[in-house]
Formats: sequence, C-alpha cells, structure tokens
Amino acid sequence: MRDARILPWILAQPARTAMLDARGWTALLAIAQAERLLGSLAHRLIGINVPPSARRVLDGALLSAETGRTQALWEGEMARRAFAPLGCPVILLKGTAFVAAGLSAGLGRQIGDLDILVPRDRLDAVEAALLDAGWEWVKPDAYDDSYYRTHMHELPPLIHRDRDTMIDVHHTILPLTARITPDADAMIAAAVQLENGLFSLSPEDMLIHAVAHLFADGDLSGGLRNLWDMDRLIRDHGGTEGYWKRLHERSARHGMTRHLSRALRLCHHLFETPVDPYLAWEGRKGDVFYLGRLLARNGWGQEARKPLRLAFYIWSHWIRMPPLQLARHLWTKWRKNQAKA
Amino acid sequence: MRHQFSVKVGPVGFRVGSAWRAPVAALRHLYAQYPQPDGGITDFTVRLEPETMLRRWVRQSVAIEGDFMLPGAVPMALRHGLLAAEMGMNLQMAMGQRHFLLLHASSVERGGKVLIITGESGSGKSTLSALLGERGWRFMGDEFALIDPLTGLAHPFPRPISLKNEAIMVMADRVGAGRMGPLLADTPKGDIRHLIPSADALANMMVPGVPALILFPRFGHAAEVRTMGTSEVFVRLTQASTNYVALGERGFGALTRLVTQVPVRAIDYPDTESAIALVDQLWAELA
Repeated sequence: MRDARILPWILAQPARTAMLDARGWTALLAIAQAERLLGSLAHRLIGINVPPSARRVLDGALLSAETGRTQALWEGEMARRAFAPLGCPVILLKGTAFVAAGLSAGLGRQIGDLDILVPRDRLDAVEAALLDAGWEWVKPDAYDDSYYRTHMHELPPLIHRDRDTMIDVHHTILPLTARITPDADAMIAAAVQLENGLFSLSPEDMLIHAVAHLFADGDLSGGLRNLWDMDRLIRDHGGTEGYWKRLHERSARHGMTRHLSRALRLCHHLFETPVDPYLAWEGRKGDVFYLGRLLARNGWGQEARKPLRLAFYIWSHWIRMPPLQLARHLWTKWRKNQAKA
Repeated sequence: MRHQFSVKVGPVGFRVGSAWRAPVAALRHLYAQYPQPDGGITDFTVRLEPETMLRRWVRQSVAIEGDFMLPGAVPMALRHGLLAAEMGMNLQMAMGQRHFLLLHASSVERGGKVLIITGESGSGKSTLSALLGERGWRFMGDEFALIDPLTGLAHPFPRPISLKNEAIMVMADRVGAGRMGPLLADTPKGDIRHLIPSADALANMMVPGVPALILFPRFGHAAEVRTMGTSEVFVRLTQASTNYVALGERGFGALTRLVTQVPVRAIDYPDTESAIALVDQLWAELA
C-alpha cells in the first residue's frame, strides 16, 4: 500500500471493511496507529463484524482511549480547581474540549496535553496559579523561554510534578508572528459553559480553531486526525439552524475564510463530509499537494513522499514567521545545538 | 518493506519489516517452530530501517521503528540486527499492550500454577527460567509475564530466551546447538545468544496459569530467604511494570489482586544450583 488512503476510506464508511483481506487490515491498523486515529477507528467499527485478531487490536485501542478520556477530564478538573480563586474562565481546546462536551470528535480520540485558552490580560495570574498548584517549567532554557513569550501564542509548556502531565496555556489562537490573526477575544467572549464549570469554544469557533491549528500552525503532520475532528464537528453541528451562515461570518471575522474553505473540501474529499458548497468554493488551487501530504504514509506506517513532507515543513515555518526573524531563530537554535554537541 | 517476517508469540501477533535480508533470515531460523498470527493480522509492526539513506549501504546501522518508538534510541550495528528486531518487539509490548498488565519478569508453570521471577537486570531471572524449563517446568517467558486484569491469570509470552555472557555456555552445553540462535558478540548488553524454548512450551503458548509464587532473586550472595511487606511488593512491581500507569484503574486492580493473593519472597543465591534448590523448597512450602 503506497499511501494512507485506506484509513479515511474506512472511517468514512466502516462497512467497507468487509472488502479487506489480512494485508489490508494490518495496513489499516498500522496507518491508524501512526496517525493517532486507532481509537477513533475502533469506535467507528463498534458493531461491525471484523476478524477476531483485528477486534483484539481495536478493543485494546478502546481501552486505551477510555483511560485517556478519564485522565484528560481529570486534568481539566485540576486546572479548574487551580484557577477557581482567579474567577477567570478556563476554556478547553482540542481533545479535552471534545470529551468534556460529549462531542463525537471525542469518541476514541487520543488526547495528549491539556490545552486551554485564557484571556491574555490574565496571563500573569494564571501562570502564578499553575506554579502554585504544582506545575513546573519544562524548558528551563532562557532563549526558548523568551522566544515563547515574545513570539508564540502560548506559554512555554508546563508539566505537573506529581502527575507528569503537560498543560499548554494559550492566550491567542496562532503565533504572534503568524500572518493571520484570528480574534481570540471574540472567541473567549463567545465561549459556552459546560456542565462541569469549564468552558468550550462555540461550535463555529471550535471548527475554526481546528482549521487554524491545521493550516497555520504546523506542517500538516497529524493532519488526518485534525480533519477527522472537523468531520465529526460538522456532523454534530452542521444540521443546526444557521450554522453555516454563522460559520461564514465567524471565519471572515477571524480572517480564516480561505483556510476554512480548503478544510471543508479536504474533509469532503477524504471523509465524504456534507459541507456547504458555497463556503467550500474559495481558493481551490493546491488541494492536490495537501492531499498528497496528508496521505503520505505507506501500509507499514512509514512516512512516505519525503520531498513533499520537507516542502510543507519549510512552508509551515515560512508562514509562521517573517523571513529575517526565521533566519535569526534558526541560527540561534543551530548554534545552541552545536554548543551542546 | 523489502524483507518481511511475521510470527505469533503467546496471544500476540507481530510483523517485522526490514531493509536488509540478514535480520529476517535470523528471525526465520529462530522462530521456525512458532505459529503464524491468527488470520494473518498482526497486533504490532516493527520496522528495521537505515538511520539515513546512506546507512543502508555504508557503515550499516539499524534504527528500531514501528507502531511505538522511543525518541532518541541509539541505532544498532547491522550484525546485531536480530537483537534490534527482538528489542523492537519488546518495545511494542512495553508501550502498546493494553489487554494485560506487563511485568518485567520471567515465568514458569507446573500443575497449572505459575512461578513469577522478577528483579533487575542481572538478577538471573532469564537463566533461572531457562534452567527450570529444562527441569520439568513449562517455560512461559523470560521477558514479560502477562497478567490478565479480568481473570488474574498469567499468560505465556514464550519468546526465545535471551541468554547473556556466562549463561550461554551453561545452557548451550545442556540443550545442544540445535536449539540455540547465532552468537551476537559485543552487543551493548554483552554477548547474547538466544535459546529456543522447548516444544512443550511452544505447544502450550496459549495456555495461562494461576500465579502461585513471586520471587525477587538476587545473585552473588549467600543463600537466604526473606519475606517482603505487601506495600513494598506493590511498589516494586509498579516499577517492574511497563504499562501499569497506561492501564489506569485496571492496572491498579490487577496488581492489588496479585500482591494480596500470591505469596512473595526475596531470595539471595550464590550459584544456580542453590537457586534451584531454594525454588523447589519455597514452591513446596508456599505454592
């Protein structure tokens, strides 16, 4: 198998597994594992008749996801307790938000660090509260620390000294140096409160945040999982009255219309997601490269299409920083590595 | 990948892909008597790849990759490719296994009851299990004991036994060259040679047993038996487990049941014969 097409093909319509032979199954499982979608796949295949040895692998992934879900919710609760005296809302992002809000995107999802969004003017208080509650800096390096603080959209990562878990505190959506600047204040103002006292973004902002994360903040690694999140969000919310109109307005406000449009097309292509054709129309050039990059993995789970991967890697840096600044950053990093070696 | 191999060990199916022929040829020899994965579908993928394109041909070195990878793992020399494959399979189990609580331990069975031998590297747990496996016990594994959180049973994972340094001679003399793998000299862990488990161990690789005794052996001291407190055993077994944390509540439940129901002893031994004598004595008293 030369690319990862089989994974979205099965995720879109699980009944297609009836057509898989042993080789196809093994490739599917390895690719899903490498794309961190094995738990999501396992959830998708509940109730489908699959060979016993594949079932065992999928059941393992479900067990893993369930433990991950419990731990993610607990981390969210720990953050809520740490911030309770500040009276500042804690807005969950990404995986933790999906499971806390009971969304389909959270089913079987592998969740890494706890990502939260807080108002920028409360950042000092938030930082102090976290240090007080047992979180510690991961990167004690002075350059990295100042780099995060002047140029990034989040604090340097913190790790909890007892639980060994990481928290990423975002104060805006994209790096301060990025070319697009989504309106974080508007997202915070529109956040909705969950049953457990924590907050999540509004349905429209949640999708736009996922889009921003995919296209403007990375080289598309993990992109299939990101697009699968979007597919699930659209299927949960897309039928709500006025969703697409609000989505359009919101994306315009955040300067994300073209990115949103591309994400919708890619979702539709990969997962047969029902999308608004009008919104998905803008800026079709280049989709083929994106698809090539997203599916750049073979049946052994290996990274494929190295030159295309490299091109996206360079591009991701280019759009995150002005060229002179990028050069300075890479130079400093390189010299530090030399000094270490 | 260019060269491929698959095998079933206990309840787990593996496939190994390699950029070179040699590691796969060695695996085929070592695992000749093992079954194929159920339905041809494997639990885990291991890949032996050149670290960079150049390293496929020049100063060949093997990077261990797969479903689960350790960032910053040091690549190995191609002549140790077999060891790289074994380490790759261990790594998948250590990081990816979710059905069983994994204890870094060897295990042997007699009369449906299982002896679990755990302890740090160099405690002699591989050698002891290999010897017992030739003396009327059924060998179940020398790397991981698999504890089922639902039933509390110990399941076999009878990989070829990784013998190190002096233990190689002891066992090779006893079982004959036909059951030994190639000598891997000067690996990062010293000399290593694999011993293929007995036909009985392989035929019963799907048959679990009830944990009946846990031993913490220590080599190089006068023979002695000590009891251990339940809390100490619990903590030491969490350290001996590669997936205790990842299993969450199921791991806690499985380990609690194990340490509260199974007798535990620490033993010191000066040589293998006295170790075997201590095992026989404690087994008769406690199991």
